[in-house]
Amino acid sequence: MKKDLKNYSKEHLLFLKKRKINLAIVWALRVGLLLFLLLFWELSTRLGWADPFLTSSPSRILNTIGALYQEGTLFYHIGVTLLETVAGFLVAVAAGCLIALAFWWSDLLRRVLEPYVVVLNALPKIALGPLIIIWFGTGSKAIVFMTIAVGLIVVIMHMLSAFLETDPNKILLLRSMGASKLQILRKLVIPSSLSAFISMLKVAVGMAWIGSIMGEYLVSRAGLGYLIVYGGQVFKLDLVMSATVILCVLAAAMYFLVVLLEKILVKNTDN
Amino acid sequence: MKEKMLSFDDVKLIYHTVRGEVTATQNLTFTVDEGEFVAIIGPSGCGKSTLLSLAAGLLTPSEGKVFCRGTVGYMLQRDELFPWRTIEKNLYLPLEVKKQLSPETKERARALAEKYGLKEFLQSYPSQLSGGMRQRAALIRTLASEPDVLLLDEPFSALDYQTRLNVTRDVSMIIRSEGKTALLITHDISEAISLADRVIVLTNRPARVAHEHPLDFDGETDPLRRRENKQFSAWFELLWKELNA
Ligand SMILES: Nc1ncnc2c1ncn2[C@@H]1O[C@H](COP(=O)(O)OP(=O)(O)OP(=O)(O)O)[C@@H](O)[C@H]1O
Ligand SMILES: [Mg+2]
Repeated sequence: MKKDLKNYSKEHLLFLKKRKINLAIVWALRVGLLLFLLLFWELSTRLGWADPFLTSSPSRILNTIGALYQEGTLFYHIGVTLLETVAGFLVAVAAGCLIALAFWWSDLLRRVLEPYVVVLNALPKIALGPLIIIWFGTGSKAIVFMTIAVGLIVVIMHMLSAFLETDPNKILLLRSMGASKLQILRKLVIPSSLSAFISMLKVAVGMAWIGSIMGEYLVSRAGLGYLIVYGGQVFKLDLVMSATVILCVLAAAMYFLVVLLEKILVKNTDN
Repeated sequence: MKEKMLSFDDVKLIYHTVRGEVTATQNLTFTVDEGEFVAIIGPSGCGKSTLLSLAAGLLTPSEGKVFCRGTVGYMLQRDELFPWRTIEKNLYLPLEVKKQLSPETKERARALAEKYGLKEFLQSYPSQLSGGMRQRAALIRTLASEPDVLLLDEPFSALDYQTRLNVTRDVSMIIRSEGKTALLITHDISEAISLADRVIVLTNRPARVAHEHPLDFDGETDPLRRRENKQFSAWFELLWKELNA
């Protein structure tokens, strides 16, 4: 595309330039807003408008994170939470997709199990807390299970509705070619659900964080959720804020990984 | 004596749904000979698409017999090209499904595409093509697995008028020069007259053959020329009356 640049009309070049400027403005405002908020937060604690004991402040958060790092526990806690989240996320996505495929394959199975799925979806997973502790103990296993519980049903429902929405005319076309059910699945149903798969991943990432932090609130002795609960109990708001900020960064990073995956996968379809 | 490619013998088809049963065709009898181009017109909802599904063996008749010699190729109202495949990969689809993908069959599909003006679009995605080009690609895809009978379900009705005339002409030319047997469903009387060797008029649901007319434009097969022929309007009037009887 770039090599055609000189073939563009003046008007189009102007259009491109305007777009670029526009984008730069948006980014400048985004970053500016963040800086402004941080500055305002910091100043209001310095000038005594807000009590840093209750609100913490950017500098105190940085110090806390620095201290955690020096203690050598920063990456330990991050690692624990990250591992639980990613493990739960991967299992929920893989199992959810497989179950959705099974439901697409067998009408009987789907019709029998659909009410169960609906009820499980409505159930607040936190209610499973005591059971999970009794079954899986108070370690990472319980947290991973909670993460799976929170994400699984959403993945199933999202993917199943995508599979079922496959264009009936395209199915008819494949059947007229003599395609087997497996061929219809592989050549049509799965590829046409790609964009639904990506949007499901975006939802599932959020679900995984909810699940793992919820799990850590319930049972854990390590991880970011644990730091937040512990910080709250001993009234160390700096610790609570620091862990929350780290969570924000991690959640955003995982989300952008999905977006990156989307770019790679969708690149070839042009649609 | 030409051979029979497709025949319906007293065919009845009932759809069963929770709300009740719908008889889509009854006492439906007709044949299509090898190399013949037959158009079927009928009131909307009378059972035309059902008839094609029966011909393709996707539905089993409740009564009567459907006979089809050889393989079928289906072409639908919309092109149904897979948007995530290039045109070339779309052309290979029936070959893949039938496990006939080989350097020879691929070459044959590509040769068809080149012959009928799709060469430069082989590496494009369907969304980059115009409606007419896409429908043409859909036809080449149908032809790629060398079916014996083409089943066309209103393949032009989603196109705008100008494109439609051109694509109709191209498709007719391609089908005739490949010597294929074709069964075309349409609700457009002039399309039927301009394309077919024979027109079958169906009744309201349940569909049955109401009338049958061999069309002879003194061997003229070009749809646009047929439209200029003086027999054209006479046929149109007759079929219009029969369709609205
Ligand atoms: N899968 C199905 N289950 C139940 N009824 C059906 C089914 N498919 C079609 N029908 C009914 O059978 C009748 C014939 O349908 P068909 O699609 O064959 O008609 P058609 O002539 O192709 O209609 P159109 O002009 O709209 O294309 C219609 O009344 C339709 O409602
Ligand atoms: Mg129809």
